[in-house]
Amino acid sequence: MKHTISILAASAVLGSTQAAMAQTEVEFWHAFTGRLGELVAEQVEGFNSSQSDYTVVATHKGNYSETLNAGIAAFRAGEQPDILMVFEVGTATMMGAKGAIKPVYAVMGDGFDQSKYIGSVKGYYTSPEGDMLSLPYNSSTPVLWVNRNKLQEAGIDPDTDLSTWEQVGTVLDQLKEAGVSCPMTTAWQSWIHLENFSAYHDVPFATKSNGFDGTDTELAFNSAAQVAHIGAMGEWAKDGKFIYAGRRNEGGANFRAGECALFTESSAGYAGIKAEAQFDFEVRPLPYWTAVASEPQNTIIGGASLWVMEGQTDEEYAGVAAFLDFLSSPEIQAKWHQDTGYLPITNAAGDLTREQGFYDANPGTDIAVIQMTAKEPTANSKGLRLGSFDQIRTIIDEELEAVWSGDKDAQAALDSAVERGNALLRRFEQASR
Amino acid sequence: MEKRVTFKGIWSPLLLVLPQILITAIFFFYPAGQAIWQSLFIPDPFGLSMQWVGLGNFEYLLSDRFYRASFITTAVFSILVTVVSMGVALYLAILADRLIKGSGTYRTLLIWPYAVAPAVAGVLWLFMFNTRVGVVTWYIGLLGYDWNHVLNEGEAMGLVVVASAWGRISYNFLFFLAGLQAIPRSVIEAAAIDGAHFWTRFRTIVWPLLSPTTFFLLVVNIIYAFFETFGVIHTITSGGPQQATTILVYKVYSDGFVGQDLGSSAAQSVILLVIVSLLTVIQFKYIERKVHY
Repeated sequence: MKHTISILAASAVLGSTQAAMAQTEVEFWHAFTGRLGELVAEQVEGFNSSQSDYTVVATHKGNYSETLNAGIAAFRAGEQPDILMVFEVGTATMMGAKGAIKPVYAVMGDGFDQSKYIGSVKGYYTSPEGDMLSLPYNSSTPVLWVNRNKLQEAGIDPDTDLSTWEQVGTVLDQLKEAGVSCPMTTAWQSWIHLENFSAYHDVPFATKSNGFDGTDTELAFNSAAQVAHIGAMGEWAKDGKFIYAGRRNEGGANFRAGECALFTESSAGYAGIKAEAQFDFEVRPLPYWTAVASEPQNTIIGGASLWVMEGQTDEEYAGVAAFLDFLSSPEIQAKWHQDTGYLPITNAAGDLTREQGFYDANPGTDIAVIQMTAKEPTANSKGLRLGSFDQIRTIIDEELEAVWSGDKDAQAALDSAVERGNALLRRFEQASR
Repeated sequence: MEKRVTFKGIWSPLLLVLPQILITAIFFFYPAGQAIWQSLFIPDPFGLSMQWVGLGNFEYLLSDRFYRASFITTAVFSILVTVVSMGVALYLAILADRLIKGSGTYRTLLIWPYAVAPAVAGVLWLFMFNTRVGVVTWYIGLLGYDWNHVLNEGEAMGLVVVASAWGRISYNFLFFLAGLQAIPRSVIEAAAIDGAHFWTRFRTIVWPLLSPTTFFLLVVNIIYAFFETFGVIHTITSGGPQQATTILVYKVYSDGFVGQDLGSSAAQSVILLVIVSLLTVIQFKYIERKVHY
């Protein structure tokens, strides 16, 4: 009797290990809630039901910063997930963590075709040799959102050309004269008006190819081009033509409520604006200064990528590779792009979206893709790779606030931001030595 | 004859204080020791390598004029929070103490805000004072004042002080009320019969007799303003505009958890630890002398 029980127990244990072996678990930590969280869950379910070898377990770990911190703490405790979502400004931190991460190109193996990914999207996450270190997941780029009704009310042709800042300046004057309380606002001021501004006008944001060529990089966004732009914005702020609402995307509420005429914000603002705006809105390319560049370069991305952590079994890495391959497939990417307004990561997904007629049905949704891909990225427009960059953004926010409030002129504020940011870069250089 | 209870041997008293010692050791001495140790290194975030820098982190911090400015910000903020929350609480406690009818209701209502977590309180105040949609902002606008704490440093400081002090008023109110009710009525009545007006009675009798409570609250509130107001600042201003509301503890967080600069963050914790120890020593040494138990 006793024997039979132990045999039963033993076989039960064996059976369960076999089941576990058949399905290798792949842990995936991400930072999405709400609608985006549901879409992530949908992708994971789609992968899990498409094959029987691996199970991806997705866990929400808080916002971007919290997810990164959770990943770091888990690594220190030896409990790291297989895949960790890290926002774009954490890229240098992750790259510096040799021994903590396994580059995506290494995980994917020999048959990995990196050329199918859009250059300006993957460029943010590649090594100097051009190998992909992480897989871009959600990427967006800044565009100009226009409230057509507001322009009309102010007696301005809603189809007026807004492709240069000079033209925008004229329109702002007209809006102000017509008594519009919020002619223009912005989200993510550092990302749009300094980081993207620099790339878009092909001027360096930092030395050493914006940090791609080494951690001994220094900030360089206090040159004439950026000073002119921030100076102009400062003038607009003083005159009440540019309304500053906050460091993140607080301005979005004002635009969606129909208060503001123009709004510089991520292309991924699409879902929210479409859902809430009670007016006729339109997407335009981000403006550029003709005084600085005869035509614009490309803009750079924001968002997050997926990093594979070191210290897992070969089976798990095989599962990771299968999952990342699944995410890169045109169907999944095209759906993600259309659902969220994030950029597709492969050319095939963009083509598929066009074939499906999405751009025709939703005019303006392809502006971001065109803006990113119209030109081959240069050393100034590939992206940014700077340590402690989340904190450097805070410094930039602080200094820009001094310009908007009239406490400092643009040159003094940007000089100060560069000096303070460089101190952090030197700390980072020392820490990652 | 001595009436004090004494223990034989050392083991039983040691056993009795052991739980407290263990808790203090695990939750205070161990982390504090770790912080001191880490403050001497520049580690990489993942703990893959550590570089010995000795006092380099402290040197780096103290040579940063923004870090030094944050001491002033912290001092201004802590003093304002303490004065506002204790002042209002004392005023309300005196009023509630004189109430005859319905004092229970008032007391209950006044205690409620204490149950609201700092981060939630921060969000509530932020909504009221939101520069574009806030109710209070709108009313102030009607009076012709353009409220904009997103760019105005003074307004930002005012807002975080009020939001931090608000929940604290309840706590202080409870203690002040208890303190007031512990003062024998007969003493106050005697003074009243002698012709002392309310203000004279307050100054010569109530305030001195209330001093142990006031002293306790002073210590507790300063520590609160130093450490527990993080949630309010994080939700309302994130330390801005510019660095107007970046208090020391907020900088510990942003360097450690936003910047992943654990060396600097640990060094700042050590500096905070020293400041608070000094403050507490000063309070007990100099202010406590004026307290009548």
